[in-house]
Amino acid sequence: MKRQSASERLRAPSESRVHERYLRHSKRFPNVWCAGCGIGIVLGAIVRAVDSLQLDKNDVALLSGIGCTGRMPVYVDFNTMHTTHGRALAFATGLKMVRPEMKVIVVMGDGDALAIGGNHFIHAARRNIGLTAIVVNNYTYGMTGGQYSPTTPTGAQAATAPYGHIEQPFPIAELAVAAGAAFVARSTVYHVQELERYIAQGIAKEGFAVVEAMSYCHTTIGRINHWGTAPDMMRALKDRSISTRQAGNMDEEERQGKIVRGVFVDRDIPEYTQLYDQIVERAQEVDA
Amino acid sequence: MTAETNVKDAQPAPAVRGQVLMQGDEACAEGAVAAGCRFFAGYPITPATEIAEVLARRLPQVGGKFIQMEDEIASIAAVVGASVGGAKAMTATSGPGFSLMQENIGYAAMAEIPCVIVDVQRLGPSTGRPTSPSQGDVMQARWGTHGDHPVIALSPSSVGEAFTLTVQAFNFSERYRTPVIVLMDEVIGHMREPIELPGADTIELVERSSTTVPPEWYMPYENYPADVPPLVPFGEGYRYHITGLHHDERGYPTNRLNEVQPWVERVFRKIERSLSDILLYDTDGIRDAETLVIAYGATARSARYAVEMARERGRHVGFLKLKTLWPFAEEIVEHAAARLHRVVVPEMNLGQVALEVERVVGRHKVHRVNRVDGEMIRPAEILAAIEEWIR
Repeated sequence: MKRQSASERLRAPSESRVHERYLRHSKRFPNVWCAGCGIGIVLGAIVRAVDSLQLDKNDVALLSGIGCTGRMPVYVDFNTMHTTHGRALAFATGLKMVRPEMKVIVVMGDGDALAIGGNHFIHAARRNIGLTAIVVNNYTYGMTGGQYSPTTPTGAQAATAPYGHIEQPFPIAELAVAAGAAFVARSTVYHVQELERYIAQGIAKEGFAVVEAMSYCHTTIGRINHWGTAPDMMRALKDRSISTRQAGNMDEEERQGKIVRGVFVDRDIPEYTQLYDQIVERAQEVDA
Repeated sequence: MTAETNVKDAQPAPAVRGQVLMQGDEACAEGAVAAGCRFFAGYPITPATEIAEVLARRLPQVGGKFIQMEDEIASIAAVVGASVGGAKAMTATSGPGFSLMQENIGYAAMAEIPCVIVDVQRLGPSTGRPTSPSQGDVMQARWGTHGDHPVIALSPSSVGEAFTLTVQAFNFSERYRTPVIVLMDEVIGHMREPIELPGADTIELVERSSTTVPPEWYMPYENYPADVPPLVPFGEGYRYHITGLHHDERGYPTNRLNEVQPWVERVFRKIERSLSDILLYDTDGIRDAETLVIAYGATARSARYAVEMARERGRHVGFLKLKTLWPFAEEIVEHAAARLHRVVVPEMNLGQVALEVERVVGRHKVHRVNRVDGEMIRPAEILAAIEEWIR
């Protein structure tokens, strides 16, 4: 499919405008996010990724946990479920097992996926169940007002770290690789076409796919740390990010504070629901 | 892609029938298979582990799915997710795991997703005595999660009832779009008894109601019909939203006051208007009784024995065995106890159902018989309570 520029998209007849085909017409707007937030950019990337794969909307489920990112599913015209804090991957596991033909996408924030949901995250990766986990990493709990999260940089201030944060952050993508995910990539809400491509690759992947979308929160932790406005923090995503290839040519000191973008792993390992189909066959052979 | 899930492609359960010697946990698992359960997610815990072990073997035989999750929180979450996908789904645990599950049980109540949670109770609090019986989770079953919502909880007192009430739990959960809890005690879960398994063709099964309206008309949370709106599984062309936030008829989050309280009222109404279907109990000799014994679960077995002994001594003792603990059988208890001056309530806790009985008939009428040491209440203890009062 030919990619349209933003201005071409706006001029195009309405049925070809992606957002009009995927946003819910029955859902009242505006959305819950602050002006300038990166979450809407991730949602746009998801919608365009689904569109580029030409999936039937009936076959797509979008699940979330709790937090700002948790509010994403309600706006889009898929099978959508806003679950409990941290547990979206576990809900999705049950759905995927009984509907293995569905494309089940799970969106989570960093606190949702890595703190309260950290156990589910590593076990879903270990199982290699065919879900696409998209983690919007803004370093904080935005909805509750900027408390420190599992990805808050050491030394930063947060609403619950008024004297500076003393813990080290989880590198989400690297963690997912170590836990056994089949596909892991990281991009940012500045590199939106790349993000869209990685999400499409993740959805197309048979096994557990993780896409870490680096974002920011200019209204909470950004304000506390004087990281600037939304455009300032967007610019920082651009300036601080390097490719995996560039990172490979740097020593550890040079990599400090950089955001490494790229595909970290893309491996073909057996997917869980397909393996379970073999269990069913085995059980029925023994039975017969 | 076809609209069929591969759980629906499953063959019917092989007809197990006739007399078999079985454990309560096994009977519960077989009851689930017979009820059409095709998804189980759980986490090992004494004394409920056998249910998972049986279903790990049985479910794939009938085309179902089994998964051992990383904890109980994930187990109930996977169960709710599977139910949204259209499968009848269950988990099984004991007190500590039941505590962990509470938030997502509340989610199932809020989102009105059918599911069955088996709690094989052990002595608590905390790790307690893992292999000893208890009935200490009665109030947790009712009030374990936050907020106001109705709940259905059933308590078997024999291996046979572990089978039949598990079937019933699935039927209630599908009919009323609500989580249903099976509260076994350890004694029932681990006891072996010969039971007569009904043939698959004789078991009445309830399927959740579906809809024929076009997808754009579908309202997953409307009041119609009879306060239990149809629930269409994900993946069948009816794209809608499910949330644990208070929501409107479409399932979208709402803060409108004229939508929040009416939802709460509807979910209570859907249970209350069907009490004649939901309240399961056995009565014996209530009409000419002077004393009434109310019991449930394993304690009902001791109580029944004590009632027989008292009758042999010429006492007029009535017996009410509750199989449905929640909603509480208020009117049944009120009616049975109306002309009586004394009600004996034995239970393996410090008086949880007794609180409900006292609420209905008045504290002065109720004599509690309690044990919380992990031992069963013996018939003689209940008999002594009956006799003491009569003297």
